[in-house]
Amino acid sequence: MTAGFDPRYVKRDFASIGTRPLRPDGIDKVTGRARYGADFNMAGQLVGRVLRSPHAHARIRSIDTSKAEQLAGVKAVITAADLPDLTDGDAAMYDILDNCMARGKALYDGHAVAAVAAVDARTAKQALKLIAVEYEILPHVTDVDEAMMASAPVINDGVFTDGVEPKPAKPSNVAKRSQFGHGDVDAGFGQAEVIVERSFRTEQTHQGYIEPHACVASVSADGMADLWVCTQGHFVYRQHCAQLLGLEASKLRVTSSEIGGGFGGKTHVWAEPVALALSRKAGRPVKLVMTRDEVFRASGPTSATSIDVRIGARRDGTITAAEATLRYSGGAYSGAWAELGAMTAFACYGLENVRTVGFDVLVNRPKCAAYRAPSAPMAAFAVESVVDELAGRIGMNAVDFRIRNAAREGTRSSYGPVYGPIGIGPTLEAVKMHPQMQAPLKKNQGRGMACGFWFNFGGQTCSDLNIGMDGSVSLAVGTVDVGGSRASLSLVAAEELGIDYSQVRAVVADTSSLGYNDMTDGSRGTFSSSMATISAARNAIRIMRERAAQMWDIPVDEVGWEMGHAVALGEKNGNLGRLSLKEIAAASGKTGGPIAGHSELVADGAGVSFATHICDVEVDPETGATRVLRYAVVQDAGKAVHPTYVEGQYQGGAAQGIGWALNEEYIYGRDGRLQNAGFLDYRIPVCSDLPMIDTQILEIPNPNHPYGVRGVGETSIVPPLAAIANAVSNAVGVRMTHIPMSPPRILAALEAERAG
Amino acid sequence: MRYLRPLSMEDAIGMITNSAGTVAVLAGGSDLLVRMKGGFVEPDLIVDIKAIEGLSEIRETAEGFSIGAAVPCAVLGEHAALRKAWPGVVEAANLIGSKQVQGRCTIAGNLCNASPAADSVPALVAAGAKALVAGPKGNRTVPVEAIPTGPGKTSLAKGEIVREILLEKRPPRAGDAYLRFIPRTEMDIAVVSAGVNLTLDAKGAVTSARVALGAVAPTVVLVEEAAGILVGSRLDDATLEKLAKACSDACRPIDDKRGTIAFRRKVAGVLARRAAAAAYARAGGK
Repeated sequence: MTAGFDPRYVKRDFASIGTRPLRPDGIDKVTGRARYGADFNMAGQLVGRVLRSPHAHARIRSIDTSKAEQLAGVKAVITAADLPDLTDGDAAMYDILDNCMARGKALYDGHAVAAVAAVDARTAKQALKLIAVEYEILPHVTDVDEAMMASAPVINDGVFTDGVEPKPAKPSNVAKRSQFGHGDVDAGFGQAEVIVERSFRTEQTHQGYIEPHACVASVSADGMADLWVCTQGHFVYRQHCAQLLGLEASKLRVTSSEIGGGFGGKTHVWAEPVALALSRKAGRPVKLVMTRDEVFRASGPTSATSIDVRIGARRDGTITAAEATLRYSGGAYSGAWAELGAMTAFACYGLENVRTVGFDVLVNRPKCAAYRAPSAPMAAFAVESVVDELAGRIGMNAVDFRIRNAAREGTRSSYGPVYGPIGIGPTLEAVKMHPQMQAPLKKNQGRGMACGFWFNFGGQTCSDLNIGMDGSVSLAVGTVDVGGSRASLSLVAAEELGIDYSQVRAVVADTSSLGYNDMTDGSRGTFSSSMATISAARNAIRIMRERAAQMWDIPVDEVGWEMGHAVALGEKNGNLGRLSLKEIAAASGKTGGPIAGHSELVADGAGVSFATHICDVEVDPETGATRVLRYAVVQDAGKAVHPTYVEGQYQGGAAQGIGWALNEEYIYGRDGRLQNAGFLDYRIPVCSDLPMIDTQILEIPNPNHPYGVRGVGETSIVPPLAAIANAVSNAVGVRMTHIPMSPPRILAALEAERAG
Repeated sequence: MRYLRPLSMEDAIGMITNSAGTVAVLAGGSDLLVRMKGGFVEPDLIVDIKAIEGLSEIRETAEGFSIGAAVPCAVLGEHAALRKAWPGVVEAANLIGSKQVQGRCTIAGNLCNASPAADSVPALVAAGAKALVAGPKGNRTVPVEAIPTGPGKTSLAKGEIVREILLEKRPPRAGDAYLRFIPRTEMDIAVVSAGVNLTLDAKGAVTSARVALGAVAPTVVLVEEAAGILVGSRLDDATLEKLAKACSDACRPIDDKRGTIAFRRKVAGVLARRAAAAAYARAGGK
């Protein structure tokens, strides 16, 4: 933490915070001038292409690259042999390395096995066809429940279930067992008058960012390297790439491009170490852009799940016990996705007796990546479905039942910590009063609601704030602008300095220009970087007060700072008036040189976040088609820095949740190959599929941030699966337990119900 | 890969017959270019027919309408007389892809791409449309359903090009309609579809009917039995139920990533029933 910086919330009136100025990156984005990952070019650059396994699980007997190497125009061909293992026992890094380029075994359809760099795309494509890979096809498993069976093929002989005592003697596909909770669950169920128990499934989805992974890598003969890349965290990419390639971090400069969506999917390296290895071998820059097919087959996705939930309550509406068993697929590598599901499942409620058990499971699918509040939406779907059903069985209104059991300040959460001031209760109260709750429903229409939780994260942040000679302000931040942070951070700088938003320009600086920054994940971008910006601005103000003191020739403690001006304090200084930031900046050459404020800190205390959503749907009972009629998001933002962006985050999460709930899914054939690796058959919603999504921002200040800010990016995707499932179930009169609720699934459920 | 843009049909046919390798005919390109980009096809020769005289025109003749093979679907939607005469065909053509795609794609291309899920084909089959085929041996006219023979396969010989799609002049009290099922609202491919074309007598009884189903078999299914059920009726509920059942029974669908056998069977009947009701209303039936 920067010395002397106090991050605690102080109630105040704001001048800039909470206003809605135009975004600084808007014009370039709508005119096509903004540079995304694939828009960077270098003289002499080569085209990189990756050869991928067509098999779900296969031993690689041999790879013959000689013919490809002989093709005119091919400058480098690499395999795992060109990426030697430098991970030094770091299992997580080894998995990343293996995922970037298969070592010995291909573990999923789409797993990279070799790569080429050639003078043009045509030659590169031709070269891939000349690489001869001899595979020994192995039995595969792509289903999470099947992968847990004793008869399932074991994907990694080195995986022995973590978290069980004693450690298993035999390897299996269960990487980890995790457990959370407190109280006496069995006794709790003993007190229950009504118990609902159900099993649920959710299929695997992709983040669906419009911009594919893209980078340009350049490794020079002297060991200096540059990487231009679309990423959520260029500092993290630098660490990972440097470690995997044996480079010194400081010699690898990573510059992040504009980002066409990430949602967690651009927090992991895939193509970048490959591009660097190709460049190193070819001695020329290499551009590597994934096709959409590759994005689906080899990047992302999130887990498929199988979840059992059991909740018991007394007839007065008090939950007496709750438990869940959650199985999450992590792709072909160990993960902690089920653990996150187990932590978040019951986080909305204050429960005396609660237990969740998570199983992280390996399957022959791509290595899972974070996806916006990773793992929480599926757990919320299962839990909130049962909560709804339980409320119905007791005969209580679904909102009132939740209000009765909601967590509040001082509640011990189901995953351990005791909550500070939180927003679940207020979001529920707001939903109860929301006009949508009164909108009349016609035949075949149904309403559902659900709650969601996300932890939020803070982490390491480093920012520079420079005062120009003309008094304008440059802000250099190290967190990639995924959701509008440049606008928000400019507002924060303007607020703190007491100047206008238009005088601030924020940029995302490269890895050689700032200290380490964690990536933009965990809804931390605006939370942590605004804290660093406040701290940097306060440091700059301290310097400007010193300069003003010098200009006035009075002690610095007699100089204050108000509304963008140094003010001389005390009656004896009454004739000194004020010095504007601009005047102080203009004089800086004579008072000690450039003025800047720096900040390096760990942003602790990211406030947990809660949301409640309402969804109205209409289901065609003859086709199973669902149309979302109305949708409302109510979420706690702590303090909305730029409310338009906050609303955008709320709407975006709901939109992604609608796609996930209704149509999006990875479809694998019996051969273990992905059948719908494209946007035609992997159906994300189009504009006309969505209603205008209504938003309501609640502001319950986070005590650990000077302005009360909480992260807002992720929580909005947690309730939708459940809210929509509750709405559909209410519309058709059958409890839907399998996501996505695609038309064939809904129609099959209705036909089964009709058949009795 | 070579790209040629002939100005006459004779030249186009000559280029194709004289070519040794694989040839692709390019009209709107909304299927071909996507398939090329995806690496599924790499033709040695592409013959673009858009510059051939007459192929970008819709002509209204004494016999009906002649639609050139290079007329984009969006243009069909702007042709008032065609829209009035054949609303089902036009609505099918205007469901393909997105607005942007409709500015390029053609119904002749949709037919020759021979996808079982093609949107305009069931509507054309229901409409009794014909294809005028030009080739090295001259012109021939065939029912449109004779062109696709299976997924991606056609009956066209080497050098043959569909030059025009022909639609008959409408008698009074006639109407057609097309409906498809997609999980989204637009920009998608039919999971199942139905085109219905009806003519009524003065009292509103059906005198002729054609019912065609898409995406439930390797090629469009013309359900003769369904037509038999409709003729003579005034589309009462019992008739519509019988129609739905006949259509469900006529399906020979597969399970795939877009839908299940059970789903396609059931929804084929539902859509046929709904399309018949729409066509009946358009024909002036009450």
